Amino acid sequence: MNDQTTVMNKNYQKILERFPHDVQVDEREGYSGLLIEANQLLSIMETLRDEYEYDFLTSVTGVDYLPDEKMEVVYHLFKSTGGSILEVKVQVPRSNPVVPSLVGLYPGASFQEREAWDLLGIRFEGHPNLTRILMWEGFAGHPLRKDWIETFFEGDVKPYEDRWPEGKVSKVETTNPYGKNITYPDGFNPETWIPDSEDLLFQGSTVVKVEQEETGIETEQLVVNLGPQHPSTHGVFRMVATLEGETVLDLEPVMGYLHRNHEKIGERNTFSMNMPYTDRLDYFCSMSNNFGYALTVEKLLGEKYQPPERAQYIRVIMAELTRILNHFMAIGFFLNDLGAYFTPALYAIKERELILDIFEAVAGSRMMCNYYRFGGVVRDLPGGIEEQIRKLVYDRLPRQTDEMDRYLVENEIVIGRSQDVGILTPEQAIAFSAVGPVLRASGVPYDIRRADPYSIYDRFDFDVAVRYHGDVYDRFLIRFDEIRQSIRILQQAIDDLPEGEILANKPAYKFRIPKGESYGRVEGPKGELGYYVVSDGTDNPWRYHVRAPSFINLTGLREMCLGEKVADLVAILGSIDIVLGEVDR
Amino acid sequence: MKGFGILKGLGVTLKHLVDTYVEDIKAGRDRYYTEDGVRQRMTSDTKGIFTINYPEERLPLAEAFRYVPFLVYDEGEDGERSIRCTACGICSKVCPSQCIWIERAEDPETSKPLKTPAEFAIDIDLCMNCGFCAEYCPFDAIKMDHDFELAVYDRIDVNIHRKERLLKPASYYASIRPESYALEQKAKAEVAARKAARRGNR
Ligand code: SF4
Ligand code: SF4
Repeated sequence: MNDQTTVMNKNYQKILERFPHDVQVDEREGYSGLLIEANQLLSIMETLRDEYEYDFLTSVTGVDYLPDEKMEVVYHLFKSTGGSILEVKVQVPRSNPVVPSLVGLYPGASFQEREAWDLLGIRFEGHPNLTRILMWEGFAGHPLRKDWIETFFEGDVKPYEDRWPEGKVSKVETTNPYGKNITYPDGFNPETWIPDSEDLLFQGSTVVKVEQEETGIETEQLVVNLGPQHPSTHGVFRMVATLEGETVLDLEPVMGYLHRNHEKIGERNTFSMNMPYTDRLDYFCSMSNNFGYALTVEKLLGEKYQPPERAQYIRVIMAELTRILNHFMAIGFFLNDLGAYFTPALYAIKERELILDIFEAVAGSRMMCNYYRFGGVVRDLPGGIEEQIRKLVYDRLPRQTDEMDRYLVENEIVIGRSQDVGILTPEQAIAFSAVGPVLRASGVPYDIRRADPYSIYDRFDFDVAVRYHGDVYDRFLIRFDEIRQSIRILQQAIDDLPEGEILANKPAYKFRIPKGESYGRVEGPKGELGYYVVSDGTDNPWRYHVRAPSFINLTGLREMCLGEKVADLVAILGSIDIVLGEVDR
Repeated sequence: MKGFGILKGLGVTLKHLVDTYVEDIKAGRDRYYTEDGVRQRMTSDTKGIFTINYPEERLPLAEAFRYVPFLVYDEGEDGERSIRCTACGICSKVCPSQCIWIERAEDPETSKPLKTPAEFAIDIDLCMNCGFCAEYCPFDAIKMDHDFELAVYDRIDVNIHRKERLLKPASYYASIRPESYALEQKAKAEVAARKAARRGNR
């Protein structure tokens, strides 16, 4: 910890000397990082990127500091070669929150800035397309602002007063009927509304005549909506593709159909209540989601809440099992997208079910595990489970991975459909803040378990999977590599699993969380899953933000699809492996 | 050779197909609709047909499995119920979706609060099956049920589970969660023994 802090301070020192007037160390209690003047943001970020190698901007988010009349934008910067965080912040007055957009420097900021505009109303000057991304245009206001009151819910913070001791049950929808709980922006009529920017898209397939400059020949461009109701989009998700012939000229992902404002809910909850809600982000990987959130809050809670050894091992075992099941599913459903209807997917689901049996016995639920607690895990492994895991990781999973490999990897159709399709170069991958398998398949060996180790990953012997072509085929292959590495970790973890306690503290539902901020991240199956939490010393987080890997990986989707054929879109999307529960939050 | 990859893959599916029949023949009638048959399909060397024919066949539920909560009452010698819940309100405070409503009973004469609920309601439409209520109840009074077959035609009325519906005997609890029950009983016995010892010392 101390070493890290000194390295950090040295870094700060250099930057402070360089920009004595525009940079300050953030000295609020429990905070760290650098505060930058908004008008100098671009030049300083450029220096950080080009001279200090902070080329990987993973997370951008806003915080509404209502009492101080300020809006803050927080940037989490890393080096793509590994190492710890550099946190940069910009504060602007709440009455006129304008921040220069970083899209020119870090294209990966694009969706995240739109999200901050959408939910917090921070304007990013110079953003090429600053429109709402999760909410729709008929939504009044910016819901994550602290003074935005939700009509549907009974109180600003939980627990609600009226549940005890004189609780009188009533259905929320009877006190607040559906349809009456909506405010529209001034002059907005949902019946007559057609979005100006999107009117092409909503009229279904649309033909635009274009005269080619060189030849004078008139060609037709076709706008096609893939989704939102389409099985290949893995949920309710839309891709608006502009085609000429079969070639994709432009593509715009449209999301938000499953948006429930997870973060607003999270800020109404107490810290511990958020744990089961994180299950519902990427609902395949609830264990990993729990892991990230537990780590983040433990950082705030301090040393006392370091999980005991046994809990650390159990956490790693569960997280790696999750990675395996996720990648099996990713492989199976990717084959579905290619048209191998359901046989590979069902073979994959079989392995997943066997892992879910373990989760059910350990956590009580197959998918919504809610298993991690601050300082450990909720309950010890029941009898017989260790043996079951051992059999899986020593015998069954290696065998089945090989079988899956034999089954699919050399298949000429798979190769023909995916090789050299949807290429993302390493430079692009970093610039678009791609994470996880997408980043590593592009030749960037960045895995948080190695690059910035958390929990006890530094103890295990494993390789960071990496592939170099950045095409769909490599993104498919890398999942096999990662399954094999996870199996290696699991074998070591189950062999070394010590006896002992599973929780650092007594089970508790109320925590005194010190003031401050914390950014915790784990290498989830889909990539960097980060949580940014701000505590103001009360029971409920002041800010709770999820850096969702599926969402941010979509930033590079357009780039991957340009110039490809329309039939490849589905394969490219499948190779990213998104889950809409996490994209839309 | 072009096409070899596809053939190799087809070999795998063929093997799966053959396995299905081989396993069926090997196991004979015992493979389906028996508990052992179902268990065999959950082991790590399972082969052949993997699916469970629900509802005729059922996966055994793990002890930790949780669905919606219920309230536990102890049965006295002469069959009278003693509800464990003391209306302390902790479960309603920890509940993430705030779907527990508790009305604490009052003494009709002095209107002092009593340690028992007059009404207890859980809206299971809202319940997210997280298990926090059972985890943090200091009196082992609320537990997570195994019964997941709760489909109804009219959710508005039926899905608010009130006290009478929520109450289930401790013997039922012991039957679905024997290990937890045994541990709790042991802990209680120890506390009682310690209390008795202290009283004896005085
Ligand atoms: S069920 Fe348990 S936690 Fe809830 S009010 Fe009753 S005694 Fe308290
Ligand atoms: S299981 Fe969770 S959501 Fe359901 S009543 Fe208990 S605490 Fe509330």
